[in-house]
Amino acid sequence: MKPTIVKREPVVDEALDQCEARLTEEQIEKVVNEVIDKETGGRLWTYVNTCIHCGLCAEACHWFLSNDRDVSYAPVTKVKDTIWVLLEKKGKVDGAFIKRCSEIAHTECNLCRRCGMYCPFGIDIAYMLLVVRRICAKLGMVPLYLQDTVHSHAATMNQMWVKPDEWIDTLQWQEEEGQGFVPSARLPLEKEGADIMYSVIGPEPKFLAQLLGNITVIMKVAGLDWTMPATAGWDNSNMAMYSGDFEIMARVERLHHETAQRLKVKRIVMGECGHAFRGAEYDGPTWMGWMKPPIPIVHAISFYYDLIKSGKIKIAKKAKGPITVQDPCNVVRNGGLGDKLRYIMNAVCEDFVDVTPNNRYNYCCNAGGGVINVGPPWKKKRVQGNRIKAEQFKRTGAHTIVTPCHNCHSGIEDIVDFYKLGMHVKFFSDILIEAMEIPEHLKPKEE
Amino acid sequence: MYEFVSGPLVWVAFIIFIGGSLYRIYNMLSKSKKENVVFPHMSLKHSLASLVHWVIPFNNQYMRKRPIFTIISFAFHICLIIAPIFLLAHVILWDESWNMSWWTIPEAVTDWMTIIVIIGCIFYLHRRLTDPVVKNVTDGSDYLLLAITALPFITGFIAYHQLFAYKTILIIHILAGEIMLIAIPFTRLSHMLFFVFTRAYFGSEQGHVKNSKDW
Ligand code: HEM
Ligand code: HEM
Ligand code: SF4
Ligand code: SF4
Ligand code: SF4
Repeated sequence: MKPTIVKREPVVDEALDQCEARLTEEQIEKVVNEVIDKETGGRLWTYVNTCIHCGLCAEACHWFLSNDRDVSYAPVTKVKDTIWVLLEKKGKVDGAFIKRCSEIAHTECNLCRRCGMYCPFGIDIAYMLLVVRRICAKLGMVPLYLQDTVHSHAATMNQMWVKPDEWIDTLQWQEEEGQGFVPSARLPLEKEGADIMYSVIGPEPKFLAQLLGNITVIMKVAGLDWTMPATAGWDNSNMAMYSGDFEIMARVERLHHETAQRLKVKRIVMGECGHAFRGAEYDGPTWMGWMKPPIPIVHAISFYYDLIKSGKIKIAKKAKGPITVQDPCNVVRNGGLGDKLRYIMNAVCEDFVDVTPNNRYNYCCNAGGGVINVGPPWKKKRVQGNRIKAEQFKRTGAHTIVTPCHNCHSGIEDIVDFYKLGMHVKFFSDILIEAMEIPEHLKPKEE
Repeated sequence: MYEFVSGPLVWVAFIIFIGGSLYRIYNMLSKSKKENVVFPHMSLKHSLASLVHWVIPFNNQYMRKRPIFTIISFAFHICLIIAPIFLLAHVILWDESWNMSWWTIPEAVTDWMTIIVIIGCIFYLHRRLTDPVVKNVTDGSDYLLLAITALPFITGFIAYHQLFAYKTILIIHILAGEIMLIAIPFTRLSHMLFFVFTRAYFGSEQGHVKNSKDW
């Protein structure tokens, strides 16, 4: 097969360059075969032996569509340039090849699984590229910024190097912020036997603390019995899942679930994040052989859906003007929450304008799958790689985009910026907190 | 020569085709057992739902997005499988040697079906040569598979119309048919065997495990 023609602006990522210089061909061969023999089986074998090279998956990928149909971004090309060669050469490749594997798998694919939908056989290309990431991670070929978040997970059990006292301080501060809306609101720490453990992703206390204030108010108004852990285990995010370091991924997921068990809660409710749901619901439990989470995990979209539908939260004044939404792949295409998302959007917005394509057919935001976490060196390529998303939002004419996922949120902010869309990007809870009714007896008393 | 290719070689071809197919499916299943996710994720309901949406033409968004491709692909595959099974000449041969016969399709119809298969192969070849994505993932094996698929139909057509050298063409036809049967389990033509399984797994994973749908 002729090599793919790849045109890219050069990107310097120190970690990849240093790793390339360090790797020996024996190491590579050993690790590639180890992963393929011990960690893969029927799926990889069947996918590679079934793919008829028809190219129908290309149409699925936002990278391909946004880069003027550059074939080097087509899903089937991504497997051709990585796992096909690794299998054919039985791992006899050099460091430069592994570096290119990491560039493709870590920085040019979001594991969004849209391509699997377009393939007439249902061949899961995202899975194959996750196997490539796994090989890269075992060889230490992981982009610098992504690896830093993995180190943070390993050292602190959260993604953002948040220290234990910073965590508690932030929660106390946000409890006070919430009390500005509802003076009797509480953010209960370590309450054993509560109904709900609420968990968030590392960046929330670090950059988006207002979300913790929001939930404090929402929980009070809905009258729920909830708690948050004061210890490590509060972070449900998992970048090790995306780097390919599944050992650390499993440690993170185990601690998260064990924290919920220690607190003896009935369910875990998590903030608005796509990949964290995927890790806690699927990748963690399957890697550890649990298959299912020991304590049910509820994504924010389902949680708000239940609250609004049951009338525990009433809407007083709907948000005005056209507002649109992003469907996070990990909870919509790969989580089935698209209809609930539309229900809650219509409940809180006067004029909800849907996108096309929408729901499970929607395009990925191009930030997920760890692609935003590979950091600034790769940002330009990422933003240019999702022009179609910008065009899609532009067509809606909305003034605000709601993103019930942290990666989507950051990625779409970058897209709005770069393509000068002039739209706001908000979390659902930001809209809900403004729209919901706060019962008279909970309101602050005027002196 | 004719006796040999139409006698023992047919046996050999069918035994390899059936035995090889069973072996490949067994291989796939045992490799899948090694993985902890495959079998626990399977669900009959979602497997069937996936197949219903992908075996009936235009029964999902994706096929509707590529109408020409869908029409050609379905016409190609339906004719490819139906024509040889219900072809009068083939059924007569089964009848002569095994004393079993079944329903046949009028020869004028199977003749057209043969033409459709050949057109399908030309269409696939054209895509391979012109569509940049397909071209980029094409090598000799892809052309070879197309040739293996097309040859029994081209030669069958020539033989049926007795265009020239009937006896020789018939021998070539039978050989080509045998090559195709033997190739199915051991090349990517095995997509015929695996289609049901890959769809069933993806349908189950999307539906049963991820509460979504794959159509
Ligand atoms: C393996 C042993 C095979 C034998 C002994 C055999 C024999 C024949 C014979 C005797 C004819 C009739 C020619 C005539 O009308 O004079 C024929 C036609 C045909 N064969 Fe086969 N065949 C074999 C395999 C196949 C296979 C595997 C395929 C395709 C998958 C195939 C496709 C056709 C077609 C499509 C025609 C008819 C063409 C037309 O009517 O235009 N054959 N074959
Ligand atoms: C029930 C069995 C089969 C199923 C479900 C099936 C399905 C498919 C699918 C989904 C494709 C992808 C492209 C498209 O949709 O056209 C395809 C392509 C193809 N199939 Fe099949 N197939 C089957 C049997 C066969 C057999 C028996 C042959 C030939 C021996 C064959 C030959 C081909 C060829 C030549 C292509 C096109 C490859 C290219 O793009 O060059 N198929 N098939
Ligand atoms: S980004 Fe999504 S559509 Fe593109 S190759 Fe990766 S999983 Fe497939
Ligand atoms: S659509 Fe499926 S069979 Fe076709 S090239 Fe892509 S992965 Fe292979
Ligand atoms: S960040 Fe958002 S849209 Fe993108 S892969 Fe995750 S969930 Fe998909």
